[in-house]
Amino acid sequence: MAATNPRTMFEKIWESHVVFQEPDCPALLYIDLHLIHEVTSPQAFQGLREKGLKVRQPSKTVATVDHIVPTTDRSLPITDPQASELIAQLRGNCRENGIELHGLESRHQGIVHVIGPELGATQPGMTVVCGDSHTATHGAFGALAFGVGTSEVEHVLATQCLLQNRPRTMEVRVEGTLPPGVTAKDVILAVIGRIGVGGGTGHAIEYTGSAFRAMSMEERMTVCNMSIEGGARAGMIAPDDATFNFLCGRPRAPQGEAWDAAVAAWRCLPGDEGARYDRSIAFDAAQLEPMITYGTNPGMAIPITAPVPDPARMEDAVRQSALRKALGYMAIEPGKPLLGRPIDVVFIGSCTNSRISDLRAAAKVLRGKKVSPKVRVLVVPGSQPIKRQAEAEGLADVFRQAGCEWREAGCSMCIAMNGDMLAPGQYSVSTSNRNFEGRQGPGGRTLLASPLTAAACALTGVVTDVRTLL
Amino acid sequence: MEPFTKLTGRVVPLSARDVDTDQIIPARFLKVTDKVGLGKCLFHDWRFDAEGRPRPDFILNQPRAAGAPILLAGDNFGCGSSREHAPWALASFGFRAIISTSFADIFCGNCLKNGLLPVIVDAATHAALMERAPADPAIEVGIDLASQTLALPGGATVTFPIDSFSKECLLAGVDQLGYILKHADKIAAYEHGR
Repeated sequence: MAATNPRTMFEKIWESHVVFQEPDCPALLYIDLHLIHEVTSPQAFQGLREKGLKVRQPSKTVATVDHIVPTTDRSLPITDPQASELIAQLRGNCRENGIELHGLESRHQGIVHVIGPELGATQPGMTVVCGDSHTATHGAFGALAFGVGTSEVEHVLATQCLLQNRPRTMEVRVEGTLPPGVTAKDVILAVIGRIGVGGGTGHAIEYTGSAFRAMSMEERMTVCNMSIEGGARAGMIAPDDATFNFLCGRPRAPQGEAWDAAVAAWRCLPGDEGARYDRSIAFDAAQLEPMITYGTNPGMAIPITAPVPDPARMEDAVRQSALRKALGYMAIEPGKPLLGRPIDVVFIGSCTNSRISDLRAAAKVLRGKKVSPKVRVLVVPGSQPIKRQAEAEGLADVFRQAGCEWREAGCSMCIAMNGDMLAPGQYSVSTSNRNFEGRQGPGGRTLLASPLTAAACALTGVVTDVRTLL
Repeated sequence: MEPFTKLTGRVVPLSARDVDTDQIIPARFLKVTDKVGLGKCLFHDWRFDAEGRPRPDFILNQPRAAGAPILLAGDNFGCGSSREHAPWALASFGFRAIISTSFADIFCGNCLKNGLLPVIVDAATHAALMERAPADPAIEVGIDLASQTLALPGGATVTFPIDSFSKECLLAGVDQLGYILKHADKIAAYEHGR
């Protein structure tokens, strides 16, 4: 029986990429696009050299530098010798193997998950991997995209394939219209807050419903980006005209007749009527509020007006102790909302929220105003093209005039590997994706939120409900 | 990769749930170009204070951790970042197996590629071990990968799941890349057929 069962989009992409599969073995999955960066690739290239292997398909790998690059003046030498060494190794490895590299001098340099779509390298129906857990970002285009370890980076370089056990499928459906002040970031924080940081383990998520259909590609990327924070390696959204309009004319997108053929094929990717998921959960968009995290993982998220949960009211002893430990680290007392709590730093950036629409949203709140003198505000665009566009639109001036630091593109204070970091004990409101202990610097305390909320907090110097400023 | 067949040894309990790989090895220690010696960075910010002094109350600083090959971890161990430096650091410290009720997907896959065995047990077995282990520094368990069994203190045995492919790779100590390379002709045919 051929093609009778209705299939989900995940199933269609998975099945068309299985090179072969032996009984009791994982599938050998073909990888269409491999993105690499400086931090998780050196050992993979070293492995190839030790085994005498070559890169099988250099044109299917694209490299950039993002994790450890300074976001200060690029004309100055890099002062961290380890960072210089990682950048030099990537340059050498790409040159030796014929891999396209967008290094510091490239006009396209930026966060790997920002530039893949910008270049048009990320396309519907593709399998996309990268040695980075936020690879699910590319699922916004209707691609099966997931993060891998360095061993797997080596496997893909050598064979363009990966051994993978098929995940189960999970539908996250959000119907309705988001209220003012509620963004894609708030949607995904609400999802993770409900399912928990392990709730999507073993699953590929598909986000469905009118709320996602109404989103721009940038908003969809924000949603898919944080799938891993719910434990799911992959998160995806069916492609539609918004997807095709975003990609049309980009450097790596098909051109001319090939474009028409590609779009025709992409229109067949969405799940069939009646296709079933292993699990489904649903949300009403109208009920969602701006979200903020209070603890040390992204599942510890609440509506910004809600009280911080009280461990004394929890039944499960392990969860109770986890919450106590988290609140102890954060020095946050339970039972009260975070509103009004002083903060030290605002970070607007990261592969979650550093795109032009994020910067426009933040600038809308900040335009003509000054940030609190008590708060340091970093605005870090996701890529050089975004930086140029923000400067052309006057957004950079809005940020500078408001008292923000306007910086060069990179991961910056999301992962704090490049010197952009919190001091011990400081609180940040951050548009990034992880509030783990020490994530933004040892002893630093992170409150995750949307760009709108982050900008509102920058103005007042305290945790603020952006809806009061709109 | 060193084969993994049987392992009997002492257990180090770390009860926290949802331990992320940023805790296992903080990002500032990822600025390396090789895999060796990362054990000294394992759980760095839980093991050492801001001045770099060991925190005596942290389990990995206690005598029982020295030479113990098995970590008893909380639910959803290894969530967050895909950094393979996490299993490299655990293995470098001396761990060869981790017992938990659940592991994050990417971390679990990374462990299996580095000869570090994730042993998934049911909640009751886990709770019993976690209750006993803190007060008993000599507590030992036995792992037999071939039969997929975990021998508990007191003589009881439970089985644990592992996919048969990963199991065979671990038992033989072979790299998964070798298996993929054996099928280069099929990859070429797939590429040709697109």
